Amino acid sequence: MENKNKIILNIDGKDIDASEGETVLDVAKGSGIFIPTLCYHSDLKNKASCRMCLVSIEGKKGLFTSCSTKVENGMKILTDSPDILRARRTNLELIFAQHREECKDCVISHDCRLLELAKKFKVGISRLPDRKAGYPVYQFGPSLIFDSGKCIDCGNCTEICRKQGICFLEKRQKDTFYQVKPSLDEKKDCIYCGQCIIHCPVGAFEAVGEFENVEDPLKDKTKKVIFQFAPAIRTSIGEEFGMEPGENMLGQMTAAIRKLGAYKVFDTSVAADVTTIEEARELLERIKNKGTLPMFTSCCPAWVKYLEFYRSDYLPNLTTVRSPHIILGGLIKSYFAEKEGLDVKDIVVVSVMPCVSKKYEITREELLVDGVRPVDYVLTTRELARLFINHKIDLKKIEPEEMDDPLGLATGAGVIYGASGGVMESALRTAYKEITGKELENIEFESVRGMEGTKKAEVEIDGQKVRVAVVNGIANAQKILSELRDNPHLYDYVEVMACPGGCIGGGGQPLPTDREIRKKRAAGLYSIDKEKKVRLAHQSPIVNGLYEEFLSDKENVHKICHTKYFKKKREVEIKD
Amino acid sequence: MAKNLDVIAKIKESELTGRGGAGFPTGIKWEMVKSQKASKKYIICNSSEGEPAVFKDLYLWDNHVEEVVEGIKIALETIDHSTAYIYLNHVYYEKFKSKLEKLCKDLPVVIFEKKWGYLGGEETAACEVIEGRRPIVRKKPPFPGEKGLWGLPTLINNVETFYHVAKIMKGEYKNTKFFCVSGAVKKEGVWEFPAEISVKDVLEKTGNLPSFEFFVQVGGGATGEILLSSELDQPIRGASSIIVFDKVKTDPYELMQKWAQFFLEENCDKCVPCREGVYRISEMVKERKLDLEFLDDLFFTLDNASFCSMGRSVVIPFRSLINKIL
Repeated sequence: MENKNKIILNIDGKDIDASEGETVLDVAKGSGIFIPTLCYHSDLKNKASCRMCLVSIEGKKGLFTSCSTKVENGMKILTDSPDILRARRTNLELIFAQHREECKDCVISHDCRLLELAKKFKVGISRLPDRKAGYPVYQFGPSLIFDSGKCIDCGNCTEICRKQGICFLEKRQKDTFYQVKPSLDEKKDCIYCGQCIIHCPVGAFEAVGEFENVEDPLKDKTKKVIFQFAPAIRTSIGEEFGMEPGENMLGQMTAAIRKLGAYKVFDTSVAADVTTIEEARELLERIKNKGTLPMFTSCCPAWVKYLEFYRSDYLPNLTTVRSPHIILGGLIKSYFAEKEGLDVKDIVVVSVMPCVSKKYEITREELLVDGVRPVDYVLTTRELARLFINHKIDLKKIEPEEMDDPLGLATGAGVIYGASGGVMESALRTAYKEITGKELENIEFESVRGMEGTKKAEVEIDGQKVRVAVVNGIANAQKILSELRDNPHLYDYVEVMACPGGCIGGGGQPLPTDREIRKKRAAGLYSIDKEKKVRLAHQSPIVNGLYEEFLSDKENVHKICHTKYFKKKREVEIKD
Repeated sequence: MAKNLDVIAKIKESELTGRGGAGFPTGIKWEMVKSQKASKKYIICNSSEGEPAVFKDLYLWDNHVEEVVEGIKIALETIDHSTAYIYLNHVYYEKFKSKLEKLCKDLPVVIFEKKWGYLGGEETAACEVIEGRRPIVRKKPPFPGEKGLWGLPTLINNVETFYHVAKIMKGEYKNTKFFCVSGAVKKEGVWEFPAEISVKDVLEKTGNLPSFEFFVQVGGGATGEILLSSELDQPIRGASSIIVFDKVKTDPYELMQKWAQFFLEENCDKCVPCREGVYRISEMVKERKLDLEFLDDLFFTLDNASFCSMGRSVVIPFRSLINKIL
């Protein structure tokens, strides 16, 4: 932007400096001038389809969408006038008239831009019959629900699905309308990343809700409900209660979960340290024994599903190490149960994840530990917040509490798992120690941090070069795969997270989520890491204890920490 | 080079305007494409002709195919590094494909079948269709003259425009236009008249001026404006078609339903005013119950806030019919 020519334009009578190439909406927002938007999302192209961000330009006939209008020197813009108001109100009424309101049960009802705008513009929302009454509701596996009756046809979901390289959502013509529908092509399947939820402005997509199912075991005195939560939750859940993104809510969340009636509150980050150690070991073994390289991370079930369905030729590259919450669930139902003298049948493990594909992951048969699922329920960040709200718990007001022993004390390495590059960085910290026997002086691997879709680095460990790539977004992973087709030995280790920015931008995270918000959530995680006394997985006293007792048994390691992958056929069934 | 500039100068001098309906000065369009620096450029001869009551392309292919191809040839010679597409709707493709293939066999011309409806005729939507997608109008600018097919400078003109270019270069151009007359008339057909001829003169000269009470729709069988028999002393804008309606026998609601159905089927469903506005209009018309205040809001919004000109064009027929006939 700096090299672009500076210009001056006038918005609502105020002269404003801007740069060539910016849109009127960018400039207005930057100067604190309100322009209503619906289909606009900073991750996506400006489609200018909702026609809410209309402005007028002096000397030009008609109204213009500010999201798609580039600024020009000397331009005179009005963001409010009787004409603008009239067109916005009409559009808003038309949008409401297609959208089937279901506000009570809606994922975004507390933060619904449609309702907000309706109030602001005094638009009656039910004068016209809903055009989409009776439109189908689709379910995608155990993860997602798409209520097409709520859809306002903005095309954000189809765009993000295409941007993810999946193209499962598409617009198909039925009667006289193009409608968003899941593909019927047997060669396409949803990978449950949930980015459609993040980019839908009206709550037409939502996770398959389980928070009500958790109420029963919480009330059942014979059940011990044990909660664990992913690294990426702690710096995002506050947003649901009006806090800034990035604020660490660990203590408040712990207290709140206890108030719900949980028996124990554990931190998935602890098991992330186990994942790190296992994964570092596997990597070194593959390098030493000339095993399949590069090794791919497998913490992200959407990425695993992508490979299993679309690219099963790469399954041998996936690390066999289970994702952290599955490992922790397994530990709870074996090691911890034994230690506490609990009957496994009485234990209910609830994982709170920033993710909807985790709901799918827990249904995988091959993850059973002695015949039981390591994790019984997965709630999204949003669902946990809903649960708190239903129990009248305000996260902002509750006194922070400490997590429970023994699976509640995480290292910094375990916490940064929530940001793209975190798994890689944690594993590199530990791999260094495994190879050299020495500790790293500077443990921060800046080159794998940040929001870019693809990060590449060469890390030298004891004279040995480890070439790594860190990607977020499946389309970026596709690029890595095509690089590997031409040059199979280009990398040794590749971390892939399906969602932009990694889990902090996951499909289960609070709405809205955009680039700036993701940055703040990630920064929050890195500052937690910085403040931790123990920042290396292999220095974790809990994890070391585990490896001294329970995980010293190879069979336990195999049972709790490792898994298999299978080539998959399409799983989502659509009746259309 | 000198010859090429000569072509554009001659077109400019003739004051020929695009015959697809929008009436943009042809010489300026050619100059724009010509002046772009690109290693590849495209020419599209647009014969999408998807609006009811407009059938002059058909007439030209039937009667003046050599002149049209000559016009395309002149464009190919004038625009450097260019190849051309003759972009035909399904019916015309079936009918004229082999004839055109023969005539164009030594030219870098692709005969292309448009498998979509009306909107596929809009310039940028035509580019989308040729590139293999469904017709959705692109944001402008950039105009196709700068960035058209596959992002390269593209000259897109109607069939009739190419016909007139050939005439200009032969020194035979007389500022004429082809007019389609249909509806409650004695003789439907296509006639060539001076471009600025009035509606009344066309009807008179073709022996079609009714003796009964009537009104007409001028400028396309969907997007055209309704004119009363007292309003015929004006030239014809937009698509050059005239439909005559018997005022007594015509049910205005049925007519509006036909238009509404056309727009519902043909619009791209991208922007709110056009997708939802047209739907609400069609519902009202179907129920024969017009909420005039709401309709006025819809017209205003379609007119001022649609993504493309199709949304704006929806207003013209409905507003004029409601104001003049109901």
